[in-house]
This record gives sequence, C-alpha cells and structure tokens, in this order.
Amino acid sequence: MQILKLTRRAFVAASIAALGMFPALTSAHAQTPADVLVVGQIAEPKSLDPAAVTAVNDFRILVNLYEGLVRYKPGTLEVAPALAESWDISEDGTEYTFKLREGVTFHDGTPLNAEAVKFNFDRMLDEDHPYHNTGPFPLAFFFSAVEETMAVDDLTVKFKLNAPYAPFMSNLAYPTGLLVSPAAVKEHGEDIGRHPTGTGPFKFVEWASNERVVVDRYADYWGEPAGVQAVVFRPITDANTRVAEMLAGGIDMMVEVPPTALSQFQGDDFTIVEQAGPHVWFLILNAKEGPFANKLVRQAANYAINKEALVNDVLEGTAAVAAGPTPPAFAWAYNEELDPYPYDPEKAKELLAEAGAEGAELTFYVTEGGSGMLDPVAMGTAIQADLAAVGLDVKIETYEWNTFLGEVNPGLEGKADMAEMAWMTNDPDTLPYLALRTDAWPENGGFNSGYYSNEKVDELLEKARTSTSQEERAELYREMQVIVQEDAPWVFVANWKQNAVTNDRVENFDLEPSFLLHLQNVTKN
Amino acid sequence: MAAYILKRLISAIPVLFGITLIVFLIMAMIPGDPATAILGAYATPENVAKINKDLGLDAPLFQRYFIWLGNMLTGDFGRSFSLNRPVLDEILDRFSATLILAGISFVLCAIFGILAGVISAARQYGWADKAITFTVLIGISIPSFFLGMVMILVFAVRLRWFPVSGMYAIYGGGDLPDLLNHLVMPALALAAVATGVVARMSRSAMLEVLRQDYIRTARAKGVHERKVILGHALKSAMVTIIPVLGIQAGFVLSGAVYIEMVFQWPGIGRMLVDAILKRDILLVQGGVVFVAACYVLFNIIVDVAQSLLDPRIKS
Repeated sequence: MQILKLTRRAFVAASIAALGMFPALTSAHAQTPADVLVVGQIAEPKSLDPAAVTAVNDFRILVNLYEGLVRYKPGTLEVAPALAESWDISEDGTEYTFKLREGVTFHDGTPLNAEAVKFNFDRMLDEDHPYHNTGPFPLAFFFSAVEETMAVDDLTVKFKLNAPYAPFMSNLAYPTGLLVSPAAVKEHGEDIGRHPTGTGPFKFVEWASNERVVVDRYADYWGEPAGVQAVVFRPITDANTRVAEMLAGGIDMMVEVPPTALSQFQGDDFTIVEQAGPHVWFLILNAKEGPFANKLVRQAANYAINKEALVNDVLEGTAAVAAGPTPPAFAWAYNEELDPYPYDPEKAKELLAEAGAEGAELTFYVTEGGSGMLDPVAMGTAIQADLAAVGLDVKIETYEWNTFLGEVNPGLEGKADMAEMAWMTNDPDTLPYLALRTDAWPENGGFNSGYYSNEKVDELLEKARTSTSQEERAELYREMQVIVQEDAPWVFVANWKQNAVTNDRVENFDLEPSFLLHLQNVTKN
Repeated sequence: MAAYILKRLISAIPVLFGITLIVFLIMAMIPGDPATAILGAYATPENVAKINKDLGLDAPLFQRYFIWLGNMLTGDFGRSFSLNRPVLDEILDRFSATLILAGISFVLCAIFGILAGVISAARQYGWADKAITFTVLIGISIPSFFLGMVMILVFAVRLRWFPVSGMYAIYGGGDLPDLLNHLVMPALALAAVATGVVARMSRSAMLEVLRQDYIRTARAKGVHERKVILGHALKSAMVTIIPVLGIQAGFVLSGAVYIEMVFQWPGIGRMLVDAILKRDILLVQGGVVFVAACYVLFNIIVDVAQSLLDPRIKS
C-alpha cells in the first residue's frame, strides 16, 4: 500500500508546514495604532461630495472634512455659527445675509469667500451652471426657495428667497449645505466625489474602494485642531462582522450596533453611547376608506398596540415610545405636555364596538428593512398580534424596501389599510409638511399616503413655515401636535435612539441628535 | 481540437446575448427604481423625474437596451451612480479580489477533495475511509456562511489568530503575508462544502473504476499498487471528476457571495448584493454579464479538458 504511505507522509509534511506558517501569519494582527481612530461604518460611501449624497452613512465622513455656513449646536438641533460668524434675516423673511469668518482656507489652499459660497449654491441650483453636470444633486430641493445667491463683498453673501421659508437655516446646517472648494470642483469635474476638498478639521488622504477612507488632521484649520492624527473609516456592511471586529480590536468605534449585540459590550472595555434623534417610527393609517376612515378605529389602534413592549422587547431599549408626530429631539418645537397613547386593549375594544368595526379585516404593509426602519418584520408581527388581541384580523404583506416605497408612496387607496414608515428629518417642518397636509396627498406629489386631512393642521403648518420667529413657530408646532395626536392619522410608535460603541482607548466622544459623527474633539491613546 | 474550441466559443455568443436581454429585462421589471433608492423618503414625483432624467432613465426601454448593448460592445459598461465611477473599473477591481478568494478555494477543494476521495476508495471501509467520510459529511452539511461566522468567533475574536474581515490590514499592510493572513479563514470556509462534494464524487468514481477488469489485470500482472491507483484508475476516474470540478468552480464562485458578505471581502459578490439593493442598474447588469461570461468560459474549459481525456466526447 505504497500510495497510503505516500499520502500519510504528505499529510504529515503538509500539517507541519501549515503549523509552521501560523506564527508568521498571525504576527501582523495587532491592535489599532495610537492616535489613529478606526471607525466601523455600515457601508461604502457613495461619494464624498456633500451636494451629491443623501445617506447618513456618507454624512458621517463628510462633516469631518467639510463645514457649512452654519451647523447644529452640539447636543441640539438648533442652528449655530460655523463658517458664517453672524447673519441677518430681513423683516419679510426673504433675504438672508451672512458674514463669513475671515482667514479660512480650503484644504487646497484657496480662500473661503463669498464667491466660493455662491459657486456652491449655483452649482447645485442653476441648470446652466458650467459645473451643474457634476451632479445629480438629489437634495438640491432643500434650497429650492433660493432665487439668487449674491456675493455682496468678499466676506458677505446674501440669499434671496422667492418666499419666506423658515426651515432654510436648518437646511443650511444639514450636510447638503456643506461647502466644497470651487477650485477642486473645476480641477476634478465629476470625480470631485473622490477628491473631497473642504475646510473642516480633517483633510482627505485616501479612499481605497471597499476597504477604507483615510483622513488626516488639517494643520491649518481655523479653529481648535483635531484630537487625533488620522481617522480611518472602514465599510463593514454585515452587522455581525462589525460586532466581531469591535470585539477583536480591529476597529475602535462602531455605529448602529444591533440591539441584540449590545449585551456583548457591557463591562469596562467598551463604552456604549446613546442619543435620541429626530426620528419617528409610525404606522400610516388609510383614513380615506375602510375601517380607519373612522377616527375611533384609528384611536383604537393607538390604544391596542403595546408600544412599551415593542421598544423594550423587540428593540431592546434602543428606542423610546413616541407620543406624537414630532420627535422630542426637536426640543424647541416639541410639546412636553403630550403623553403617548397608553396601552389599553379594553379601551380599544370599546372604541371598536362603538365604531362597529369589531373583527374588521385589515391589510398591513411591512418592509424587510430600510433606512430608519429598525426591526420592521419583528415589529410588524408584534403589532399584528396586539391588534389580533382586540379582535382585528390583520393580514401582513412584506416587501423589500425599494419595492415597499414604490407601493406606499403613491398612496394606500385600494391596496392597504396600514403601512409601516419611519422618517428622520432636520427641521420640525419637514415631516408634517410633507406627510400630513391635505395638499401633500400622493396625487399632489406629497407623502400623505393615508390621506389625512384637517384644515386647522394645514393652516398651522403653512403659517409655521413662513414665520421668521422661532418662538412663534414653536407655538404653532405644539398646537399642531395636539390636534394630530387626537385625530390619530398614524399610530405613533417609537423614536429611535442612535447608538455607538467605543473601546476604552477612545475619549471625548459624543453622538449628536442630528445623527452626524463629529470627531474633531475625540482623542485616542 | 482548435476547431472544436472555436465551435464552442461561437456557440457561447447567443448564450451571452440571451443573458444581456434577461438581466436587462429583470432590472427593468423589478419594482423600485434608482431614484427612490437615492431619494428615500424624499422621492416626490418631481424629484424622481429629475433624477431619472439625470441618469438617462427617461428614454424608452428598448432604446436603453440597445444603447447599453452598443456601448458594452465597445467596452463602455457605463457609470455606476451609486459608486460614482465607471462600472468596468469597479468590476475588474472587485473581480480580482473574488478570483483570489475563489481561485485559492478551488485549488484547495480540488487537491484535498481528490486526495481524500482516492484514499477513501483505496481503503474502502477501512478506518481512513470512515474518518474521511465522517469529516466530509460534516463539511457538506454546514452552510458556508455559518461556518464562516463560527470561524470568526473562534479564531479571530477568541484566539485572535486571524483578522476578522477585509482583504488587507488597514494600515501598514498590503504585502503577501498580509493577504494570506486575511485569506486563510474565508478560503477555508468557502472550500469546505466543495471539498466534501469533490471527495464524495472522487470516491465513487474511483470505486467504479477499481472494479473494472483491466485494473484486476494490471494487479495480476504485478503492476505496482501506486501505479495502479494513480496511473490506471485515477486517470480514468478523472473523466468523471473533471465535470464535478467544473460544477464546483461555479459553486465556489457563487458561494463567494455569502463568504464575501461574512468576511467583508471586497469581491464581486458583495458588489452585486449592494448594487441590487441600491438599484444600481448599470452595475448589476455589467456585473451579471461579466460573471455569466466567466461561467460560460469555465464550461468551455471543462469541456475541452474532458475531451482531451476522452476523445469520444468531441464527436
């Protein structure tokens, strides 16, 4: 049996060779280097051109490379100065004049001045601009109220709006308003997204596709210099792998930790950071036809669903119970007196009996995933069970996210009675204005897929949008929230708390309510 | 032989055309569009129309098909909107990563699979056969992505022998030892099932051949056992084993999708999954056509190799 002798020998030799290779192979694997922060991202960025992207994942890198005229004040969603030191708003709310900070340069050495600001907004908004073809710019409509951008003098820039539009300031603070070096746009053309050049505390070094984006401390930064020498953003799309990398020390920080993985990070080696954001998770109810055309049935659904259980058991405490259409993260516009609908199945049954809707059959659209949707299948199933407990017969139809949007956005009429939905916005105006007004019904191009209509709500929202006084706007939004909660066009379910985990080498890290990832002050030993 | 190869190559052309048409129609028919994927919650009809115009998706369906096909024949696969770079650049980048992973896995599964099969057959019902059969059954039965996750947990998180994911270290890496270090776990996880299948098929193919009269004759003539097994039996068995290897090559390539997701290997499988979710039409179409062309090529190679071993197949 020569053959076997040979193979046995071969096996032994192969095993010895393999064992011999282990130490050589494994020595390269160690901890991340000091002063370099490695961040586990959820996906590869699409582009690093702020005007061209829409995903929070991309914004997390961008806000470290770029700055806008204004930004969100740390820890809030209120607008604070950034590249603009101060500003004036005209009486009628149609002229915004910004005074720019002096001596700020882009990473390519060119100055930040009024012409540069004008270039950025013209590139996005003017179809005849020579660099408009570096788009598309999907969120350019944030600034669709801008009629003209004028460079008054070197450091003064003025926006003329076609009508008063109160969310303008918070839209400027949104990453779509970050400013790109005009010289870099001219040099790189449509490849500008791979050669990001801003004024931020970090400057771009390298983007290796599907592996990493590296940024370095910008030595000539106008403000406080960044706390670490470099930041490496790694795309790790699989959540389990991201958790494993964190546990193995391959990354220093990860965002969007799956709720079920949080328990692995208890203890001294890791810090879990949480922050509630401007997010609402709700069920759109079809108020045009079927059982939910009756307000009592809509209220019954709000009573029947056990939101505490959803938030604590399904989402493992990564969200809070929502009370109304406006998330509490908009502290200045949130109505503190609003209490969530309590979990009260008996009350729900009474309301259903009163409306004559006992045993109604309902079609429920559920998505498999999607931005801000949290754990939509598990939540859909739990909601189905809660509604069954009060005698409603709910049939679930599940769709992949893009398909789901294609079904829900054109309206639920003739198809479904309820659908899951979640929004994350940057101004208390956005969601109700686009999803609760009569003029926002799907046939008018809005997102009011459940056909809710209340004249008073319409009036309050229109008025809040054109007012230039924040106190007045806040009053109007608070009143709107009370009416909408009573009318119950949605089941208000949850406000997501964003989370992140850092290891014990990372210090000075905080999450922002805007869900942006400002790393300027973070240090690492 | 040259004529046979040419004939096979020509017969591949209609197959590839069929694939372009099918993948194009599938991408056109599935619900959801790039504009919705880009805009998410802000997909108002005006915004969608504007994005579609910018992406050239407002043209009629068949016009778009012929533009795409025409461009592709001249080597222009278009531009991926979700990655903002030429589709072909991305495919070639990503395919080289997949080729390294799938290539190594294929070599591992061919070597160890045939070796295990030959030993099993030579020692039918002996302890070596039983041990190999047992191991092979475990290999076949564990889904590769699960095996990958268990390996990560044991060898990366607990023992810290290997890095969890990626292809190169993110700092100071990039050389061959670094690549091998990152390759060990995904390549083994990917090779496990294919090795099992190859081992089982090799064993039965060898047993089949070893029962033949000419083997008994060879042994009776006093031919060395090693020569009987490797020279006489294995050569005949290869005619059966090579098509299995061809199928496994395809299996390893498609199995790479899961492994690439688990180990964050920057290959073409992960690229396609991301592209489908983002409705990046040109990237999906280009990627599928490219992978399909590779499949077709594999099949031709397998057929040619088989006909070299067994001239009857050509006729």
